[in-house]
Amino acid sequence: MRSFAYAAAPDLDAALGALRQPGTQVIAGGTELVNWLKEGIATPDRLVDIAGLPLNTIEVTDDGLRLGALARMSDVGAHPRVSADYPVLAESLLLAASAQLRNMATIGGNLLQRTRCPYFRAETLLPCNQRAPGSGCAALEGDSRSHALFGWTPECVATHPSDLAVALTALDADVVLRRSGGTRTLPVRELYRQPDAHGSRPTAVDPDELITEIQVPASPRANRSHYLKVRERTSYEFAVVSAAAVVELDGPRITTARLAVGGVAHRPWRLAEAEDALVGAPISDPRSLREAVARSFTAARPLAGNGYKVELAQRAAVRALLTAGGVA
Amino acid sequence: MRFVEEVTSTLLVNGRAHQLGLEPRVTLVDALRDRLGLTGTKKGCDRGECGACTVHVAGRRVLACMTLAVMVDGEPITTIEGMADGNSLHPVQEAFLRRDAFQCGFCTPGQVMSASACIAEGHAGSAAEIKEWMSGNLCRCAAYPQILAAVQEAGTTAAEASR
Repeated sequence: MRSFAYAAAPDLDAALGALRQPGTQVIAGGTELVNWLKEGIATPDRLVDIAGLPLNTIEVTDDGLRLGALARMSDVGAHPRVSADYPVLAESLLLAASAQLRNMATIGGNLLQRTRCPYFRAETLLPCNQRAPGSGCAALEGDSRSHALFGWTPECVATHPSDLAVALTALDADVVLRRSGGTRTLPVRELYRQPDAHGSRPTAVDPDELITEIQVPASPRANRSHYLKVRERTSYEFAVVSAAAVVELDGPRITTARLAVGGVAHRPWRLAEAEDALVGAPISDPRSLREAVARSFTAARPLAGNGYKVELAQRAAVRALLTAGGVA
Repeated sequence: MRFVEEVTSTLLVNGRAHQLGLEPRVTLVDALRDRLGLTGTKKGCDRGECGACTVHVAGRRVLACMTLAVMVDGEPITTIEGMADGNSLHPVQEAFLRRDAFQCGFCTPGQVMSASACIAEGHAGSAAEIKEWMSGNLCRCAAYPQILAAVQEAGTTAAEASR
């Protein structure tokens, strides 16, 4: 690991001030950044430790949830009001990583993790436009089992690994971004960028900005919701595909559905056409649900190695809807 | 706020304070093993995947290979060396012995640290729950059935003791 200078930020302003100098990186839980440092994916000159800042509150109000960016995955996942009112959110957190990693990792950092594409993470440098801009994309002609169905370009076919981001996208959540002298709010669904060949940043967060809070609106009600994670072993594994469903019912019929799928794009993929088609559909009829979900998959563009995901993701979405609706 | 290349940190390990000058890039597992000679904590994958380096920081199980040592300055740290009370083993250690819950033993310190936390968290109520909440600790010898039995036994003992 390359050496770097270190300082623990005494307050938020000091951290934001430090971030204005190029070459400065923040560290909180460390579960991603320490790996980046070891692999040379990140090579900061200065590391500012924000773990001690008071940004870890979990606040449940009538307007929704306000989650400090430094709240640990384990604490948010175990919070009784979060699991009662936003099951999709608690499930996405508790199905992620391991107990040890959840005790360390913060929810803000979780959103900023990078792809698990084996070419991006390779110990020996391989063609990867995210890792080395302009070097190409080894996955496009290589092993593309874990890669994207939607939104990809020849420059990058990677998917984003965060379970939490999929749940937050279905919940229409926002992130609050702070910089010295400014605050802005950004929908989670606009957080991630499709990488290009020029090493553009993978998220909309500027280098001098920090995620300080995540806001989840209370309306529509989110207690009929579910996160389904499909993986190659029962526990402690990234998703092959996943689905987050939030439904509202009037008797047996769906009045609104919000549906996001993970493991299929560089960001959580909202199924807009399916959501429209689900209005009025009977929640207990898997065939109707499947027909609605299929409308969002006519645009799928599978790669050589991931055609299986087209079927798998649709089944996952249907099952997430059924479970959210209390049917399965 | 001043950025420094070396930090004087106090590592509070198993109740003893150690003052060390540390480069910020030194991980907790390396500081424990190479600077303090506490080699019970094992360095397995060194990338947060195997759980062999599991220790407790401020009462929570975490991975020492993914922790920068300077970031736990002053926090109470417990390693496998701090589990026994003098000559009497920790109940989880006793259960691992009784249930023969290891072969080569390399993952065992991490398993014991993780298991004691798993029980204290209340996540040892059933075999399924233990499997889920112990999934962050891999065993290359695949002694999983015995590890599961040991955690169940220690969990039951702990539950009876607290009744």
